Amino acid sequence: MSLKAKIKELQKRREEVILGGGEAAIEKQVKMGKMTARERIISLLDPESFQEYDLFAAHEARDFDMDKKTLHGDGVIIGTGRIFGAPICIYAQDFTVAGGSLGLMHARKITKIMDHAMKMRVPLIGINDSGGARVQEGVNSLAGYGEIFWRNTLASGVIPQISVILGPCAGGAVYSPALTDFVFVVDNISKMFITGPEVIKTVLGEEISMEELGGARVHCEVTGNAHFFAESEAECFDQIKKLVTYIPWNNTQKAKPFPAKKPKREYKIDSIVPGDPKQPYDVRNVIKSITDNSEFFEVQELWAKNIVIGFGRMDGETVGFIANQPLVLAGVLDVDSSDKAARFIRFCNAFSIPIVTLVDLPGYLPGIDQEHAGVIRHGAKLLYAYSEATVPKITVILRKAYGGGYIAMNSRHLRADFVFAWPSAEIAVMGPEGAANIIFRKEIMTAEDPEKMRQIKIKEYKDKFANPYVAASKGYVDAVIEPTETRKVILHSIEISANKVADRPMKKHGIPPF
Amino acid sequence: MDNPQEASKKPRMKSLVIDGSKYKTNLTTKFENRVKYEAPNPKQMKAFIPGTVAKIFVTEGQKVKAGARLLILEAMKMKNRIEAPFSGKILKIHVKEGDIIPKNHLIIEFE
Repeated sequence: MSLKAKIKELQKRREEVILGGGEAAIEKQVKMGKMTARERIISLLDPESFQEYDLFAAHEARDFDMDKKTLHGDGVIIGTGRIFGAPICIYAQDFTVAGGSLGLMHARKITKIMDHAMKMRVPLIGINDSGGARVQEGVNSLAGYGEIFWRNTLASGVIPQISVILGPCAGGAVYSPALTDFVFVVDNISKMFITGPEVIKTVLGEEISMEELGGARVHCEVTGNAHFFAESEAECFDQIKKLVTYIPWNNTQKAKPFPAKKPKREYKIDSIVPGDPKQPYDVRNVIKSITDNSEFFEVQELWAKNIVIGFGRMDGETVGFIANQPLVLAGVLDVDSSDKAARFIRFCNAFSIPIVTLVDLPGYLPGIDQEHAGVIRHGAKLLYAYSEATVPKITVILRKAYGGGYIAMNSRHLRADFVFAWPSAEIAVMGPEGAANIIFRKEIMTAEDPEKMRQIKIKEYKDKFANPYVAASKGYVDAVIEPTETRKVILHSIEISANKVADRPMKKHGIPPF
Repeated sequence: MDNPQEASKKPRMKSLVIDGSKYKTNLTTKFENRVKYEAPNPKQMKAFIPGTVAKIFVTEGQKVKAGARLLILEAMKMKNRIEAPFSGKILKIHVKEGDIIPKNHLIIEFE
């Protein structure tokens, strides 16, 4: 055969395999409102940047007539490419080939690209669209999942790992995304659960749709398993691309800087926060009045909204923001908000992203449900995450910082590098009402007019303690600043912290309150 | 957002009391739908796991000794033997054989 003929043969073989499960299966995929695996990779990566590997991979299963079946690419596409120039390792399960089911070769392809991502120290993106384990391959497919989970765990904190759920992701398969840093979901397309509606119906007699059980909205609003919600796959890919610009390629680098920009003029930092500590406002506007071009890329926007987390840039450098949200549940800490912030802090710390904390909270959410849901155990995660983090940590106390909430929100005592407070800050063991009731209980009870006395005592406490100056006099607050100085002092703090040395005792690892 | 200063002034806010202070804020669905706490009643036996009532060995009004088998609750392919937690008289049986019941479903009430 001439070389020309051999090249022709290669082209023919490629064409055949690239079709995946064939035209009928592709048509079905399109009817479900989904892109094919190949289309997804192409739309996510920079044009012409995708290089595929293991296109001709074939399974070796023999049981249940599998030896007579050809599964193109064994139901998964792997390769490398770029997103805004950043090198990326990627895999996408192909639902058109045997429902994207995971067999031994399928798993080997995924672990191959994972190993490559680790070796080259570049981000990994996994697009999940699979019916689950390939039952015909038995324990081999379970082994495949295990190999993936193990690699996810080892890669955690070394390279950023992104999971995209664009179809079913059920049973054991859900644990790979759960082990990664960010999970993206799309309305009406993503479905994640351990046991599906059918099992639930048989065991419990309860009927629920896949969407209600584990759809995109559920995982963004209720479970907190997912981080980004999109209406369409195209929107989802835009979100992923945006995220990639904010994070570094691995844990030895910093995120690539952008040209510095000033915040937009309409975000006036000194007119967002009401003077009365009981009045709400949207803390995201404070963040936007600090960041370059007033841009804030929020993470887990729909879950545990009483705390806000996300990325912004300051003078072109990526900064991680954590802020109490007085607009929702008065910005209290609770089980979910502690989990949410703690995990984000650990991501920022692992990937050298400075952390800016904006504080305005009345404390922890009271309630039997919170106590019984383990607010002690969950709340401890936040203390742990802040305490162990060694990246530059800057705190700005905007208004209330009461009690345990004050300590937990990156206080000096948990080793914030710089703590600033606005003149509106109230740093105290609790709010004036509660404190007056305890300290002056006797005076109030024995007074002729207890209510009048209560108000007098509340005012007395307010005047004396509801300010930043007591904490400043003890050095717990480094400087009391005007709101308009906030951006300047944060930038200065980050600059000064560039060569920060934070010694920690040698240990195998800590034992965080998981 | 066109006017960030205006956006905070949304109407229909609720309030949340913490340490005697009343804060104006929005509540979450999860918070508003939180399940009210009920003190456990030792005289009411509830299902510790969702499953199928495979067999009932006792009848209403029957006196049983602590540890006597009351029923089999089949769940996750296991036949769980449910025993009497103390000696007493069965007041009411709230399930029948073949029933599929959720977790915490009331099974038997003691007098």
